[in-house]
Amino acid sequence: MNNAINDPQTVLVLGGTSDIGQAIVAKLATTSLRQVILAVRQPDQVDVEQVAVGDADVAVVGFDATDTASHEALIADVAEEYGDLDVIVQAFGQLGASDLQDPIASAELATVNYAGAVSSGLAAAKQLRLQGHGTLVVLSSVAGVRTRGSNFVYGSTKAGQDAFATGLGHALHGTGAKVLTVRPGFVRSAMTDGLEEAPFSVDPDDVADAVVAGLRSGKSVVWVPGKLRYVFGLLRFAPDAVWRKLDK
Amino acid sequence: MRSQLTELSGWGRTSPTVATLVDTSTQELTAGGLAFLTSNRRGVIARGLGRAYGDPAQNAGGNVVRLAPGPILLDDEAGVVTVGAGVSLDELLRHLVPRGWFIPVSPGTRFVTIGGAVASDVHGKNHHVDGSFGSHLDQLTMLLADGRSRAITAASDPDLWWATIGGMGLTGIITDVTIRLLPIESSLCVVDTERVPNLEALLERMESGDHRYRYSVAWIDLVASGSGLGRSVLTRGDHATVDQLAADGHKALRDPLAFGPPELAAIPPGIPNALSRPAVRAFNELWYRKAPKEHRSFESITGFFHPLDMIGEWNRLYGSKGFLQYQFVVPFEAVDTLREIVKRVVASGYASFLAILKRFGPESGGLLSFPTPGWTLTLDLPAGAAGLGALLADLDAMVLEVGGRHYLAKDATTTPEVIRAGYPRLDEWLAIRKRVDPDGLWASDQARRLALV
Ligand SMILES: Cc1cc2nc3c(=O)[nH]c(=O)nc-3n(C[C@H](O)[C@H](O)[C@H](O)COP(=O)(O)OP(=O)(O)OC[C@H]3O[C@@H](n4cnc5c(N)ncnc54)[C@H](O)[C@@H]3O)c2cc1C
Ligand SMILES: NC(=O)c1ccc[n+]([C@@H]2O[C@H](COP(=O)([O-])OP(=O)(O)OC[C@H]3O[C@@H](n4cnc5c(N)ncnc54)[C@H](OP(=O)(O)O)[C@@H]3O)[C@@H](O)[C@H]2O)c1
Repeated sequence: MNNAINDPQTVLVLGGTSDIGQAIVAKLATTSLRQVILAVRQPDQVDVEQVAVGDADVAVVGFDATDTASHEALIADVAEEYGDLDVIVQAFGQLGASDLQDPIASAELATVNYAGAVSSGLAAAKQLRLQGHGTLVVLSSVAGVRTRGSNFVYGSTKAGQDAFATGLGHALHGTGAKVLTVRPGFVRSAMTDGLEEAPFSVDPDDVADAVVAGLRSGKSVVWVPGKLRYVFGLLRFAPDAVWRKLDK
Repeated sequence: MRSQLTELSGWGRTSPTVATLVDTSTQELTAGGLAFLTSNRRGVIARGLGRAYGDPAQNAGGNVVRLAPGPILLDDEAGVVTVGAGVSLDELLRHLVPRGWFIPVSPGTRFVTIGGAVASDVHGKNHHVDGSFGSHLDQLTMLLADGRSRAITAASDPDLWWATIGGMGLTGIITDVTIRLLPIESSLCVVDTERVPNLEALLERMESGDHRYRYSVAWIDLVASGSGLGRSVLTRGDHATVDQLAADGHKALRDPLAFGPPELAAIPPGIPNALSRPAVRAFNELWYRKAPKEHRSFESITGFFHPLDMIGEWNRLYGSKGFLQYQFVVPFEAVDTLREIVKRVVASGYASFLAILKRFGPESGGLLSFPTPGWTLTLDLPAGAAGLGALLADLDAMVLEVGGRHYLAKDATTTPEVIRAGYPRLDEWLAIRKRVDPDGLWASDQARRLALV
């Protein structure tokens, strides 16, 4: 259960090795936090000692975003074992290549980033509804707000995930379950390692701060940094030629 | 029986969750209504008027039961009343006062139910003399997890009795309560009011003089610092006798037991946090200056016991993020800790509306009852304030270090460890609960948060 200032006690991270996911967990480590569950592709590769969560316990469970049939049982089992899940973070995702030559890899990317988000998102929603409380945090991206020629497959998966998440939030209204959709710009993480930084770049800690603030105040959408909300408010309507020019 | 999916929170309006809210009556419940409620694996909790500040009267994903008021049966000869647990103190007082009776213990608001008063073993300004609500009961009738209704007394089932008084609804639904009453001659109180310049003077005056009064409470200004740290207004008194009214030539002599408390205005929903620091500072200043240095007066029951009831829905003053109330008790010796906590709160700069200081007498015997001999301080804090969690964690540790504890009816941010450390009889309580509710039917958000279930 969250306390009166919305500090959670139990947090599940889907894609538990994610840099952003772990930064969120570290920022949620107050005296209230008791249990963190990292759901990851390779549980035996995770050193729980390395995860910064204050005095809370850390558990690791197997999770593959592409194995959509397993998600509902996985989340139900985690809740059975550890009790109510106050926060579930959807932190998995891949950047992929987004070239024009590889339909198979692109479809696989869509499976991870979109199909996986839909099935695990619905599984999470089912559990949160049953509980009558809790928040699903979805790491979307500004890449989905207006897709770019240079990473349109990734962008399209994030657009789908974002639309799913915000719509799910509406569908859950009145059930006690909430969705917080997070739209970061360029984040310096394993996913972007070696890539040239975009304007308004931030660190995983910045995303985590915004997520914690969003959870505290019960927001449904946060942008990181916050000013991207206004930047994209304009960019969304930039003429195509200008948009292509910016994507270089 | 009427049920509806509803978002519920406590008086502080923090951490709302959704549950099935069931409005029912004792008759319906005992006639098999409980079977309907047990179908949901998330359990059941009773809810009174939702005046607990945090999350004890909500049960996310489960059922929350509200009892219709029920009868008030006064035995004028014996001075006891048997009353449905869903009846509010407001209704009860409207029945009793004109007949010359008063409730043995009154919290700072009349808008609590008898069930809530028992489940939190509430205290009033007379704790140093009369103890808590649970010390004045003859019998409880409860609906237990096995679906049976049972009348118990302290002698017939001491375990269940003392696990229920202060047990936050987690041993069963209380349906009827028999209370021993206090006879009164008038509906007025004779009150001595003193303005006290600082905390040291306050503690000294309360220590040396409280025993002369049935009721005593101090309102502390938590904005003043330096030499004015802990400046306060101390009010102490008792029910006025007819002789006292006569000596004063008071107009209430015509109808000394008349009781018709007004409700003035309600704060509308949706207003932003009105209790900013400058506003609180100005209010506290005015309120302190306005208080007489030393003065005796007659006051109404509402004016003396329930001043906040004159403003409906005043909890909306804190805006959408709500607020929390922090109440702890520390042993009498621990004045250094008390002073340190006052200093920390003042220095934190969180605008705290008036804080309340009281002295507690002996414990009632309730295993999870809050009052234990010592100083109890109660203060309001806006829930949206940055860094509040860290401050409260520090205060929790300071309270526990000197052997103090926190009030479950106010708690909204403590942890299982904090409650365990403060309540040495928790394991006894847990064992009784396990016995009377082996399948864990009774459950609340607070109980989940604090590992009480
Ligand atoms: C302005 C204000 C002043 C206050 N002053 C004081 C004070 O001076 N002293 C003090 O001690 N407290 C004080 N309180 C706290 C209040 O007295 C308690 O929280 C009380 O329990 C609230 O009663 P309620 O009917 O609103 O119960 P709720 O808040 O609805 O429920 C509180 C608890 O009681 C349980 N409960 C309610 N009904 C039943 C039932 N029929 N059977 C079993 N369990 C039940 C619930 O499960 C829950 O655990 C104050 C609160 C306010 C808002
Ligand atoms: N970095 C950015 O610039 C940025 C910007 C906006 C949004 N985001 C989003 O933020 C989220 C987290 O990204 P990040 O920056 O923290 O990158 P990251 O450190 O690379 O994290 C991505 C995580 O996804 C996991 N993952 C990949 N495929 C998976 C699968 N099939 N099943 C389960 N887990 C899988 C990875 O686990 P393995 O350890 O098994 O590979 C990795 O832990 C992603 O959804 C991303 O789209 C990132």
